Amino acid sequence: MTGAALAASIRLERPAFALDVAIDAAPGEVVAVLGPNGSGKSTLLGVLSGLLVPDSGNVRIGEDTVADVDAGISVPPHRRGVGLLAQQALLFPHMTALANVAFGPRAAGMPKREAEARALSLIADVLPGLDADEMARRRPSQMSGGQQQRVALARALAPRPGLLLLDEPLAALDVDATPAMRSLLRRVIRDAKQTALLVTHSALDALVLADRVVVLDSGRIVEQGTTREVLTKPRTPFTARIAGLDLVPGTACADGLHTHDGTLISGRFDDPLPEGDAAVAVFAPSAVSVFRDRPAGSPRNVLQVRLAAVEPQGDTVRLRASPPADGADWLEGLAADVTLAAAADLAVEPGAELWFAVKATEVAVHPATS
Amino acid sequence: MSVTDDAPQAPRAERKPDRRHVRDVALPRWMWVPAVIAFLVIALPVLGLLLEADWARMPELLTSEAALAALRLSLETAAASTVLCIVLGGPLAAVLARGRMPGLRTLRSVVLLPLVLPPVVGGLALLYLVGARGLVGEALRLGFGITIPFTTAAVIIAQTFVAMPFLVVSLEGALRTAGERYEAVAATLGASPALTFRRVTVPLVLPGLMSGTVLAFARCLGEFGATITFAGNLQGTTQTLPLLVYVQRETDDAGAIALSLLLVVVAILVIAVARPRNTEGIR
Repeated sequence: MTGAALAASIRLERPAFALDVAIDAAPGEVVAVLGPNGSGKSTLLGVLSGLLVPDSGNVRIGEDTVADVDAGISVPPHRRGVGLLAQQALLFPHMTALANVAFGPRAAGMPKREAEARALSLIADVLPGLDADEMARRRPSQMSGGQQQRVALARALAPRPGLLLLDEPLAALDVDATPAMRSLLRRVIRDAKQTALLVTHSALDALVLADRVVVLDSGRIVEQGTTREVLTKPRTPFTARIAGLDLVPGTACADGLHTHDGTLISGRFDDPLPEGDAAVAVFAPSAVSVFRDRPAGSPRNVLQVRLAAVEPQGDTVRLRASPPADGADWLEGLAADVTLAAAADLAVEPGAELWFAVKATEVAVHPATS
Repeated sequence: MSVTDDAPQAPRAERKPDRRHVRDVALPRWMWVPAVIAFLVIALPVLGLLLEADWARMPELLTSEAALAALRLSLETAAASTVLCIVLGGPLAAVLARGRMPGLRTLRSVVLLPLVLPPVVGGLALLYLVGARGLVGEALRLGFGITIPFTTAAVIIAQTFVAMPFLVVSLEGALRTAGERYEAVAATLGASPALTFRRVTVPLVLPGLMSGTVLAFARCLGEFGATITFAGNLQGTTQTLPLLVYVQRETDDAGAIALSLLLVVVAILVIAVARPRNTEGIR
């Protein structure tokens, strides 16, 4: 634990919800927090920033204990050195970009000239290719959404926070503005070794920005590990969905796994698993072939599904499954990616009965979280 | 059209479609009839005053000793009451908008009382509280030798009583609209609550504070019922312009009309100074 930039172990209870999480981050590490809506991500950020008070536990940021319920320590938000960048830029509308960015250093008592010099260089840094002096004089209403979010990032960095909280910083941006903002974040957060916690719904954000991923569900951590490991070997349906993979839960057997209704899903093991252990079968939607009639022959796993939705994705089409009339619930949400041409040939509409087929060699079986 | 990330944005006004290109889709034609009548109900009486006025005697009527004393008293007491409304009502609005204790809803309804209560009733209530034998009045008289009713202080108290809700309501609305998100951001940037209040909260609600102040000031200027009940009608100490207008009407119509026009002019000035952005519901 020594030398951690963040070490927190907190519990907060509300009617019908409890957050119970231990999380830490090494200096310069970026940890992505994934989780369905209502899983407690915002509550976690609230507790770390000091805007929410936990029922028990403690939070340490750098050398300082900023919250310790047993010891009666609860440092207010403005003395924690925790920055926040939210979905909305929330630039103070009555101030120029320069005054917004200089606000933090000024609040810390830095002389005006020095604070503005730092603000100006940060603005130049987050808005490359634009006239920084001119941009600095603008009000938020005179900037595009992407520019506002960039200035908001500069503002969050200006006081040099020990920990930066990023609460879905790309979610409210135009699709055009997202990639540039993502690479900017990578440059100023990850490459600059700024310790940060990133709440996101996007596997891409996690892959580009985070060293490590923590998956939260119903207030608990259900999965964690390096970004690569978590996203390529998901253990929960939520993570699989974020990672764009299909996941079927069950118990391990010699050939793969048995679902709870007894269907055998054949697959390969990366590491051998004792029979009867909880396991998940994971495969890519692109490995699934789709047929109108039951296919005969080689593919080992053939699943009858009802088509729930057709989602265009660039030059492929994602067919989303639901269980047929008396089918098993684990079929819900399984996806198959087919080409536009193949989708046209199938000529199907939601509600149609289809067959999903996937070769055993394309299915990876690994242990599930207990 | 989507604005690309790095494209400088055109000023807002240039991107709005021109007014003459926009078709009304939310204004049924019949609505013009009651709308025009409503406007006339407000505008015609004022026009009537203008037509009835005796312009030749106007300078003389307006500069009579009683008129000047009343105008001066009105402006002074209205200003004092407005300051009291800001100093006391501002924090009350902040408590109502940001406080988290139970019972705030009840508190808010009580604050609205002077808006719906007939001012005369308010004046009576004040009289029974602060009057010679009233709960607080007796204590003040016995303890400090102070009597409030029928003094200029009583005028200020009566005006503050009726005008306070105007300031509290508009400021509370502004505080709620601004929300606490900016304040939370300021906190994460290291700003103490005091600094956040000064540099973030107050500037954000300034339009609401301005319009509340103007409304409160205007309400003070026009106050009649509570004042005459609680403060009486003594020239130079408690006789404000509306009271003088009422008294003059008994004896000298022309004088009453002249003073009324003076109040109209002051009211128009007040609206002109503060209205443009502030009562049109922007932010």
